[in-house]
Amino acid sequence: MPLLEFTSKGIYCKKAAVYLDPWRAVDKALISHGHSDHARWGSKHYITQEINVPILKHRLGAISVSSKKYGEVFSINGVRFSFHPAGHVPGSSQIKVEYKGEVWVFTGDYKTQPDGISTPFESVKCHTFITECTFGLPVFQWEEPKKVHQKINEWWADNRTNGTTSLLMGYSLGKIQRLLKHLDPSIGKIYTHGATEQMTQVLRSFIHFPETELITKDTSKKEIQGQLVLAPPAVLGSAWSKKLGPLSTGYASGWMAFRGARRRRAVDRAFVLSDHADWKGLLNAIKASGCEKVITTHGYTDLFAQYLREHGWDAATEKTQYEGETLETTLAE
Amino acid sequence: MRRFASLIETLDSTNKTNAKVAALTHYFKEAPPEDALWAVALLSHRRPSRPVSTTQMRVWAAELVQLPEWLFEETYHIVGDLAETIALLVQQEKKGNTPALSECIEEIIAVKSKDEAEKKTYILEQWKSLNTFERFVFNKILTGGFRIGVSQKLMTRALSEAIQIEENILAHRLMGQWSPQQTTFKQLLLEPNPEDQISQPYPFFLAHAMENDFENKFDVTNWHVEHKWDGMRAQLIVRKGSSFLWSRGEELITDKFPELACLATALPDGTVLDGELIPFKEGKIGDFNGLQKRIGRKMITVKLKEEVPVVLMLYDILEWEGKDIRALPLHQRQKYLSALYQQVKNDNLPLLLSQVMTFTSWVEVANERKKATEKRSEGLMLKHKDSPYGVGRKKGNWWKWKSDPKTIDAVLTYAMRGHGRRTNLYTDYTFGLWEKEELVTFAKAYSGLTDSEIKKVDQYVKKNTLDRFGPVRQVKPELVFEIAFEGLAPSSRHKSGVAVRFPRILRWRHDKKSDEANSLEDLKKLLP
Repeated sequence: MPLLEFTSKGIYCKKAAVYLDPWRAVDKALISHGHSDHARWGSKHYITQEINVPILKHRLGAISVSSKKYGEVFSINGVRFSFHPAGHVPGSSQIKVEYKGEVWVFTGDYKTQPDGISTPFESVKCHTFITECTFGLPVFQWEEPKKVHQKINEWWADNRTNGTTSLLMGYSLGKIQRLLKHLDPSIGKIYTHGATEQMTQVLRSFIHFPETELITKDTSKKEIQGQLVLAPPAVLGSAWSKKLGPLSTGYASGWMAFRGARRRRAVDRAFVLSDHADWKGLLNAIKASGCEKVITTHGYTDLFAQYLREHGWDAATEKTQYEGETLETTLAE
Repeated sequence: MRRFASLIETLDSTNKTNAKVAALTHYFKEAPPEDALWAVALLSHRRPSRPVSTTQMRVWAAELVQLPEWLFEETYHIVGDLAETIALLVQQEKKGNTPALSECIEEIIAVKSKDEAEKKTYILEQWKSLNTFERFVFNKILTGGFRIGVSQKLMTRALSEAIQIEENILAHRLMGQWSPQQTTFKQLLLEPNPEDQISQPYPFFLAHAMENDFENKFDVTNWHVEHKWDGMRAQLIVRKGSSFLWSRGEELITDKFPELACLATALPDGTVLDGELIPFKEGKIGDFNGLQKRIGRKMITVKLKEEVPVVLMLYDILEWEGKDIRALPLHQRQKYLSALYQQVKNDNLPLLLSQVMTFTSWVEVANERKKATEKRSEGLMLKHKDSPYGVGRKKGNWWKWKSDPKTIDAVLTYAMRGHGRRTNLYTDYTFGLWEKEELVTFAKAYSGLTDSEIKKVDQYVKKNTLDRFGPVRQVKPELVFEIAFEGLAPSSRHKSGVAVRFPRILRWRHDKKSDEANSLEDLKKLLP
């Protein structure tokens, strides 16, 4: 029997009777990170890396949760588990599962580029590597993040000169804080949408960020003119964003590499910035793990697995309910 | 090239018309004239002839980036655009001096006559030295078609602002056959020679769809009514003993309709007529399919000419005795046209005059519209009796009041990924109708759903795939849609035996199960 199985409730370790990122309520769930397609509501007990604890509590309310440090090994019925940095968002972890010398690693979501706020991705040797491949197509080749952040600051500075307010959108957990971390506060003041502000507050206990101010009913258009507003993508075209006055809209996502996606989003500026590994990042992570077997879980799973098979890996695809970075909405936050 | 690529990037990243015009105007002012001329040419779909095939581009790109061809193809299907796929896959290796747009195009023209090895060397060299967006634009120049939401009208407006020449004069100068290889910016736009102008058409005047509540807004006696003939809009020019026939897409189609050549001598010099090319045989109007056959062929055989003879149904007169009379009121132009027609008509001349009708109530107009199918028209045209012949699609003086479309409920059977802004979503659908236990494909459609409906159908397709054929997925036949179309005709080329025109999705029939969809039999009952 394989150490980990793909069941209707999630990835299951029978020997230890625990699930990894289950999509149904279970007794015991090991959680890779705080995005809603990985950390779902309703399980009796959660075990996760310590940074994820306040994130999970913020999202799921009063839950029973125990916290682990990166690299800390704990055993359940003889199976050894540990969390290792996945570099996706703060707290995100690969989950290592070891039993009688056989090692499996479940990546959750990950990226190999450092982002300045998440503990950088750390390669873990294993036999079987369960990997996401949200951007598992060769057209995805991320630019150096430094350059992207520079473009964002230039865009903001230009808008400021023109008296336009910059509305910068991204996922509330991870992307927004990554953007915030690299904004240049000398350009102006940074405001936030409610959803964005709350999650940022949760993370402030671990990470230092520039100051932000929540937009409330009392915030005047005049006050925010030329400043920058951070918000989730769902606000685009909403009544909330219309109240901000003349805007230049910006959106940061890996999907913005596609011209069609940029045009569909219809923002003024699209920034290609993702918290997932690109094509080369995925391939490098797989090589570095030294694995023989790869299981692809979400993204361009079939194509990626076929490519891996042609290059000597024993690769297969399993169906899961993870969504990775979605193009359309904020579902997977 | 750098300047042009950056223009395209700006145009591509905004959907604000004013921002587009500003970017274009800036470009036309700043760019060297030879580049500006090529930009005008490219944006009006005039490009150098293709030096390499798209297959060559695919093979060379896959080889360069060391991908198996199957993965390259799959990636291309997901991205939905070959130029973009290659732009994203290839990495810039060295930053060289990017050539100017006109130099780059001259190189492209020159390389066409070289052998394959030299072509390959040149293309790969360009790919490796350009940045991502420049590479995309370079590929688009090679393959054609920018589709960046810049209409001819928008470009003309920007050009007009840049060089301070009236828009409609520019529109005229930009029409017809010209190439930057044979002319210059100055020659074409700034100082046109009247001798060059004999084939120049006027911009077409187009109608808007009828607004609601017009019966209460407009006085019926001010309107001249005609049938909207179901053919191909065209402009016939007779100047200096020659005739030229232009399609609405600004294509010169004189050679496709040799039976109209006799009009060069039958009509007086200095005459320009607006009309509709329609199939007409033994005193009857034929169906549109016949005409399409003629448009599709490169060579017009005697047999085809006899099978589908074509006449020009006259709507309007734009030039008379060498004078531009577009500014005269419609009723006066119609008088000139009618007089001209009476003077030249004979049974052998391929000309008909579209009948102008006047009514005293909108009810009578509505009754006339009901006769559309019987008269083989698409509905009615309403033109204000005092209207000048305008430029482009302008609201107010001309309206089309088409017959209501025919509709049928069909089942979604196949889906394909979309292009452009719909990349990566399943948005191109195939629909089937029942014939016994089987669904027979009858139409493909991709427009008509809202973005949120597209998203739902996309999710359905991804979860209910029965089979895959490259980019196409066969889906569980469960979703029913009401499909509207303009007309239909028997066809031996379609499996269903029927060809429908302009099919589009009217609405998603959530209330219907697939076995409640229509049958092919039902569709055939709608044949005229």
